[in-house]
Amino acid sequence: MSNMLTVEDLRVQFPTRNGTVDAVRGVSFTLGRERLGIVGESGSGKSQTGRAIMGLTPPHAKITARKLNFDGIDLLEASVKQRRSLRGNRIAMILQDPKYSLNPVMSIGRQIVETLRTHEKVSKAEARKRALDMLAAVQIRDAERVYDLHPHEVSGGMGQRAMIAMMLITGPELLIADEPTSALDVTVQLDVLRILDNLVRDRGMGLIFISHDLRLVSSFCDRVIVMYAGRIVEEIAATDLHNAKHPYTQGLLNCMPQIGADRHPLPVLDRKPEWAA
Amino acid sequence: MTSTRSNALVIEKLEVKFDRFLALRGVSFDVAPGESFGLVGESGSGKSTLLRAVAGLAPVSAGTITVNGTTLGSSRTKAFYREVQMVFQDPYGSLHPRQTVDRLLLEPLVIHGFGDIEKRILRALDEVGLGSSFRFRYSHQLSGGQRQRVAIARALILEPSILLLDEPTSALDASVQAEVLNLLEQIRRDRKLTFLMVSHDLAVVTHMCDRLMVMQNGAEVERLTASELAKRKVTQEYTRNLLIASQGFVRPDIQPEH
Repeated sequence: MSNMLTVEDLRVQFPTRNGTVDAVRGVSFTLGRERLGIVGESGSGKSQTGRAIMGLTPPHAKITARKLNFDGIDLLEASVKQRRSLRGNRIAMILQDPKYSLNPVMSIGRQIVETLRTHEKVSKAEARKRALDMLAAVQIRDAERVYDLHPHEVSGGMGQRAMIAMMLITGPELLIADEPTSALDVTVQLDVLRILDNLVRDRGMGLIFISHDLRLVSSFCDRVIVMYAGRIVEEIAATDLHNAKHPYTQGLLNCMPQIGADRHPLPVLDRKPEWAA
Repeated sequence: MTSTRSNALVIEKLEVKFDRFLALRGVSFDVAPGESFGLVGESGSGKSTLLRAVAGLAPVSAGTITVNGTTLGSSRTKAFYREVQMVFQDPYGSLHPRQTVDRLLLEPLVIHGFGDIEKRILRALDEVGLGSSFRFRYSHQLSGGQRQRVAIARALILEPSILLLDEPTSALDASVQAEVLNLLEQIRRDRKLTFLMVSHDLAVVTHMCDRLMVMQNGAEVERLTASELAKRKVTQEYTRNLLIASQGFVRPDIQPEH
């Protein structure tokens, strides 16, 4: 499998008044047309890894890497203009909460059309038609109606589908999904994942799925990277997860309550300082 | 029907109306002292509204709420809040951003005229597993899990007998969730508290609660015990869907188009 994305020794540092905070400390992985999960708790650097690839790290942060390569393009050397033409076009990102990540004063249809017309020369009528098709593809039944609605007028699940539609309309090769379902209800979560699963499979995209829920990630992805304190502690095939070696991975797997398992108290993570070393 | 007197909490045909929208359509149940009762359902099912109605935060249009034998009116007395305290979902929103932990814990003590304030604050912090070093910090200096511990300490400091928990762990990481759930269980055992807990996560509710009620559109769908749920003895389609959803994502086998 050819590698679409190569990340080698990625570091993201934030200068603060009390010294530098190392959010990501030497992360390396490669990605082909597959689904890769990145798992870790808050502050493990999983989202910053995704944002660095996307080029959305705040300007005051310092990014270094031996290699950060997307389809032959060196992302660290690329000009702002070149990055902008990649972002939303060939690399797209789905964010956590549709309540905050959609533009509140623009109708859903217009936002989708805006994305499309930024990257492709299409007529207004054509853009509208493609936006409607895309809304139908994310299984929004009444696409015509939803097209003219504003984000506050739709439910969370609907908003997230609109977001997926917006991100996929340009036909990106790499999709980064940062906690795409954490803000949604359990039942809606599955619908959204199913839609995402179908679209990623049908279009042959590469997917990076970022989440704190190891079980969810492992059921959705082919390969899982587990991060702790800015580093990768374990990389494992999703089917091998029960053989995970690192105590942190095992801890993440064990700490969820399960229906039918009578475990009181729940096992908790005993964080060891050497994990962060 | 058990007698009203012996129950910690009795809800009868409770209705909540926001303007013309009926958010709760006549829900009844009772919770025995020391029991842990769970409410499960999707967003908009009325589970949080029910909790807020008990706390006096939602407009009750019909039905009664009885706490420890006293039927509540439209307003809540100070004595009520001594008995019933609530922990909210989002620890980022429920703590005052410009008050230290000390100040946050002090306020309920002053309102209710408690003595030996110093000792109580230290004990409350200790009980939720935060040392006294956290006492003079602001909430933005704490992690999500630590904030939720402060919120639990604030609820416990008045020594209530009933705790209302509105999705206490859904804003937290999976690893931190386990710690907070363990803490809540420990406290319930130590203080013989009654819990009324809301969650959209069936696994969390079955872990914490003896009995639970599944809700949809402001009405009861089904009432179950935790062990019935563990054995998958559910009668309603809606509950079954929730159960399937809680198993996580299963990739459907690719079938030929039909």
